[in-house]
Amino acid sequence: MQSSKGRPRGVGAGRESTVERLDGHAPDPAEEAVRPRYDDPWYDALASGWGESEGAGAPAPSTVPPARGAGEGGVAAAEVYLEVQRSAAFQEVRRRYRGFVVPAFAAFFAWYVGYVVAATTVPELMARPVAGAVNVALVAGLGQFLTTFLLTWAYARHARLRRDRAALELRWDTQELTRGVSGGAS
Amino acid sequence: MTDEHQTLALLLFSAFVAVTLGITTWVGRNRRGSAEEFYAGGRLFTPMENGFAIAGDYMSAASFLGVTGLIALFGYDGLLYVVGFLVAWLVVLFFVAELVRNCGRFTLADVVAARMRERPVRIAAGTSSVTVSVLYLVAQMVGAGSLVALLLGGTSGAARAWTVIGVGALMVIYVSWGGMRATTWIQIVKAVLLLAGTIALTALVLVRFHGDLNRLLLTAAERSGHGEAFLAPGLKFGGDWAARFDLISLGLALVLGTAGLPHILSRFYTVPTARAARRSVVWAVGLIGGFYLMTIVLGFGAAAIVGPDAVRGSNAAGNTAVPLLALDLGGGAGSTGGTVLFAIVAAVAFATILAVVAGITLASSASVAHDLYASLRRKGGKPRSEVAVARVAAVGVGVVAIALGLLARDLNVAFLVGLAFAVAASANLPVLVYSLFWRGFTTRGAVWAVYGGLVPAVVLVVLSPVVSGSPDSLFPGADFQYFPLQNPGLVSIPLGFLAGWLGTVTSAEIPDEARHAETEVRSLTGAGAA
Repeated sequence: MQSSKGRPRGVGAGRESTVERLDGHAPDPAEEAVRPRYDDPWYDALASGWGESEGAGAPAPSTVPPARGAGEGGVAAAEVYLEVQRSAAFQEVRRRYRGFVVPAFAAFFAWYVGYVVAATTVPELMARPVAGAVNVALVAGLGQFLTTFLLTWAYARHARLRRDRAALELRWDTQELTRGVSGGAS
Repeated sequence: MTDEHQTLALLLFSAFVAVTLGITTWVGRNRRGSAEEFYAGGRLFTPMENGFAIAGDYMSAASFLGVTGLIALFGYDGLLYVVGFLVAWLVVLFFVAELVRNCGRFTLADVVAARMRERPVRIAAGTSSVTVSVLYLVAQMVGAGSLVALLLGGTSGAARAWTVIGVGALMVIYVSWGGMRATTWIQIVKAVLLLAGTIALTALVLVRFHGDLNRLLLTAAERSGHGEAFLAPGLKFGGDWAARFDLISLGLALVLGTAGLPHILSRFYTVPTARAARRSVVWAVGLIGGFYLMTIVLGFGAAAIVGPDAVRGSNAAGNTAVPLLALDLGGGAGSTGGTVLFAIVAAVAFATILAVVAGITLASSASVAHDLYASLRRKGGKPRSEVAVARVAAVGVGVVAIALGLLARDLNVAFLVGLAFAVAASANLPVLVYSLFWRGFTTRGAVWAVYGGLVPAVVLVVLSPVVSGSPDSLFPGADFQYFPLQNPGLVSIPLGFLAGWLGTVTSAEIPDEARHAETEVRSLTGAGAA
């Protein structure tokens, strides 16, 4: 499951200027503790209560259509995505995402496979009593539950504090750029 | 099973069906008929609502009845299933939920097709999604048939057949009339009912043992006749090497398969943002984890209070452990409490099956209409016509599932669910992971990854002891068993990844950097997300 994609490859020099301002938005660790301000029109919908989803007046869901396909607008939009991908701000978001999920996946997958393999190959060890009726196997099984809950919490926290703000700014900047190149047609 | 059981249970069934049909009508009344509305419920569900719906989609009767029964009969080995079902959500959370929400519109194929030649990829991914869905669906239908027949006392073939037909008809009505919005609300209602029922039963078990879990476990071990061995692994998956590899194979399929289940993927499109998709998974992990912790108590409780012999006497696979436990906890057969509790559990199990089949039918009709139909017929059809196709596809999928459910009614339900997970992990997961994370992935790689997982998974099952060569198999008379494991995951999942790699390195196609950049930027930032 390891990503086989390497770290930043050859960067197209001279293209950086277009996305310069992305870098200006690079997340500041000091800001991250503060609850970020979301300009996302969808964001309010998240906080809405039960039944809110029945609101009939759903706005047009997408400001930018999938920007590829016919015409030179599509070609230019492709350039935008390449430039954003090369920008330092995006590389930082990707680095933080991979920096969390790759080791975390390796850890829990090894722990889970180890648990299943141990259950079939060394049942004597698993049957060893710990306290009362509780044996190693039960402790390990409940440990799987515990680590799952903990990793879920840790992932959500990491994403909220370390990625969300930067990703959202990249999102709006990218959409602005793609809108620009497709001539405001959208 | 006395008459009062059946009357009360039937009443509760009818009440649930009435409520769900009410939801469907209410939702269908002001439907707008757009694809967004039909497949994704307008994308406006809150994370909490979607979390409950995911839990409702995932906690099938196989968990509520099957796994508790396995724990009651085999002790600790049943618990291994529960752990796999839960840990799988970490794969979904880390690699799938947010990225798929950002990149796709309605189906798995959307994510892959965004950077490949669309037609072959959509056909491949659509085919495997429909295969997984139909397998899962047939499992639920067979379960519904035998369960309802058993609980209502009717063991005749006619009762089972009519149950399967009735469940099939209901799910088609829910889906084709109410689309994703009705399906979601049905799943939310079902999740609440199932959790409430499970909490009540767990509380009663704990009260019976005065909160002393240690005594519960000891009593279970004692009544099982296996002693301490009941609390340790080995009763079901111990023995020869084939059984051991089978457990490892099943474990892999469970933990990697969830992330490839089409009806789970489609749930992430019902929330507005990737952030909301993440928060729905956090809700779902909490709900599902809590539920499975309680099923462990119920399973050992059934072993301690009802006893494995009584459980096995009622249903050899253990599927009636929880209803029997409810009967006993309520005061025993003949008592009012026992009757009421039994009927409630039966109704909850029925609600569970209905909600799950509705979710799967919707996902497979989306695959048929959005991927297969759109690729095989003229391109650029109007959205409205695609929804019309999806409604027809829901009817078609319903008919196929009813037919297969009737044909396969003697198949083991757990086997079908395990196979669905294995196919999902072998055919859907590799292509999804490669498209999201591998820059050099090509169209041929994508197509090979799908078929290279799908075909071995299906073929290995046909050659496994499940189908032939042993007294318990589908065709006990024939013997074309060449593969020793019941679950193909251990072999077919690596084959799926290998085929995707092989197809990529052997193809002449130069990977499109710009489209990879687009997928990567969109997946992590949500730019241009539908």
